[in-house]
Amino acid sequence: MSVSETPVDNGVNVEALLGAREALSTAPEAAKFNWRATCEWVNGTHSHSEVQGFFGLGEEQKHKTTFKFDADHPEIFASEDHGATPVEIVLVGLASCLTAGVAAIAQHRGIQLRSVKATIEGGMDIQGILGMDSDVRNGFDGIHVRYDIDADATPDEIKALVAQSQKRSAVFDIITNPTNVTVDVN
Amino acid sequence: MGADRKATAVVIGAGHAGLAMSRCLADRAVDHVVLERGEVANSWRTERWDSLRLLTPNWQSRLPGFGYDGDDPDGFRSVPEVVSFIDAYAEAISAPVETNTKVTSVSADGGGYRVATDRGDWIGKTLVIASGACNLAHIPKVAESLPSGIVSLTPTQYRNPDQLADGGVLVVGASATGIQLAAEIHRSGRPVTVSVGEHVRAPRVYRGKDIQWWMDKAGVQDERYDEVDDIARARKVPSIQLVGTPERSTLDLNTLRAMGIQLRGRLAGIREETALFSGSLRNQCALADLKMNRLLDTIDDWADESGLYGDVAPPHRFDPTEVDDSPPLMMNLAKENIKTVLWATGFRPDYSWLDLPVLDRKGRLNHDGGVITQAPGAYVMGLQFLRRRKSALIDGAGADANDLADHLVAYFKKGDAGKADDVSSHRGDAAVR
Repeated sequence: MSVSETPVDNGVNVEALLGAREALSTAPEAAKFNWRATCEWVNGTHSHSEVQGFFGLGEEQKHKTTFKFDADHPEIFASEDHGATPVEIVLVGLASCLTAGVAAIAQHRGIQLRSVKATIEGGMDIQGILGMDSDVRNGFDGIHVRYDIDADATPDEIKALVAQSQKRSAVFDIITNPTNVTVDVN
Repeated sequence: MGADRKATAVVIGAGHAGLAMSRCLADRAVDHVVLERGEVANSWRTERWDSLRLLTPNWQSRLPGFGYDGDDPDGFRSVPEVVSFIDAYAEAISAPVETNTKVTSVSADGGGYRVATDRGDWIGKTLVIASGACNLAHIPKVAESLPSGIVSLTPTQYRNPDQLADGGVLVVGASATGIQLAAEIHRSGRPVTVSVGEHVRAPRVYRGKDIQWWMDKAGVQDERYDEVDDIARARKVPSIQLVGTPERSTLDLNTLRAMGIQLRGRLAGIREETALFSGSLRNQCALADLKMNRLLDTIDDWADESGLYGDVAPPHRFDPTEVDDSPPLMMNLAKENIKTVLWATGFRPDYSWLDLPVLDRKGRLNHDGGVITQAPGAYVMGLQFLRRRKSALIDGAGADANDLADHLVAYFKKGDAGKADDVSSHRGDAAVR
């Protein structure tokens, strides 16, 4: 573990996170969160999603502002390209989750980060979504994330940050493990 | 049932931990009894597979006033040899063991504890629970979805491959138990797939010395529960992937893979007849490789500081764990002819007889380095990282028993839980008498 002369500051309040973990260990009910989004069709493959409220710590919570996401498909799909494709948004979700984890774990381990950059790609054979070949799955056939990290740490310490981040990542778990999905129509 | 019998200390369990405590109590002239549901070393006699050998070398089974004096210090005891060793210890220390005495409940009684057995009740001023950390094989919830027709087996039920149906075997878990049984079953001609979750990798021999020798000498095994960052996590770390063989060979995932055993991710679910594996295998292996290299760094640093250079082979690193480019995420159990699933998914202690408010919401015993603070005068022995990293090893029982026997004596002498608590905050190993 690196010991810097100046206090490590990655902008993560680890004490608050550890305090929350301690508090939740005696009140596990408060740890139950519910995350939400709404999505409205605009036109064609273009949709508009918003994220604002969520539930956690036993009560309704709100983001400071409403966050908005437009999703669409590129013109080669005969779409108007008003936003990223939903699968790209999934990649964004994974990369940002892992990156947040890297920062938090680095803070906890006393490692000062200078830059962290993830490049993420997912391969996909679109014969699946086009219904052309039932042996081809709809989703990614694999996802590859590459990190470039500049930090006060040895290469193995940096690898350990990235490995631990995967171990604790919600989106990594969501993508690597099956999840029951229920879709109802009102 | 007759009248209640009384003792200053009632020790439950005559395995190595209970006997080490018995010896330490005798040294302190504390009258006590050791209650044993079967014979001495009962779980070694009844709950172990045939080929098992201890994961620690013979020299390392050091108990208070007892140790190995044979001519194979670097060998690994078979199960019958472990039984004889523990038997011999009970005899050597003249432990007051009541065999074939099954504890049916333990409850608070006045200032002490009523220990009900199938052969009458004992009242102890103090209580030592040394009934083992591995009484029950843990089976994950996903087992409920196993299709009928596939046999579900635990390591406590498993004896040897002959008891298995012909056909494929899915071993769930890749710690010491899982990898040992996977290798043995695969050699019997049954194709084996191993589902790999979090695991701890280490070589059997490093720089010419046993890994346990290094961990012992470098002080890794002596690391204390009140010195580690996160003791809750440290107590959950899976057992190191090790096997004790005369060849002192390393058994890790690369070995299994070279044998032709299929490696898959953690078992994430079973849908109808298809097992679903996590896509996290690569990271699980990366975590284990990094953790192993940190241990080897610690060992190398210690070797340098101690001036061992020249007496041991030079430092080196092992090949990273090889993982297929795209390990399959699904396995149709019927099509792959899987006949048996072996759940090598860990063990838990059994506290079903313990009527004391000392368990947490997950059924784990609350304790502070073996001192059960919610039940003054009650202690536990032999659990993972109880007071030291080695606490669950035979070799770890002595130091823990000494510490806890000191605490126990201070407790009943003062007859005052508050003062006894002061003793628990004493961090050194020195006697507190």
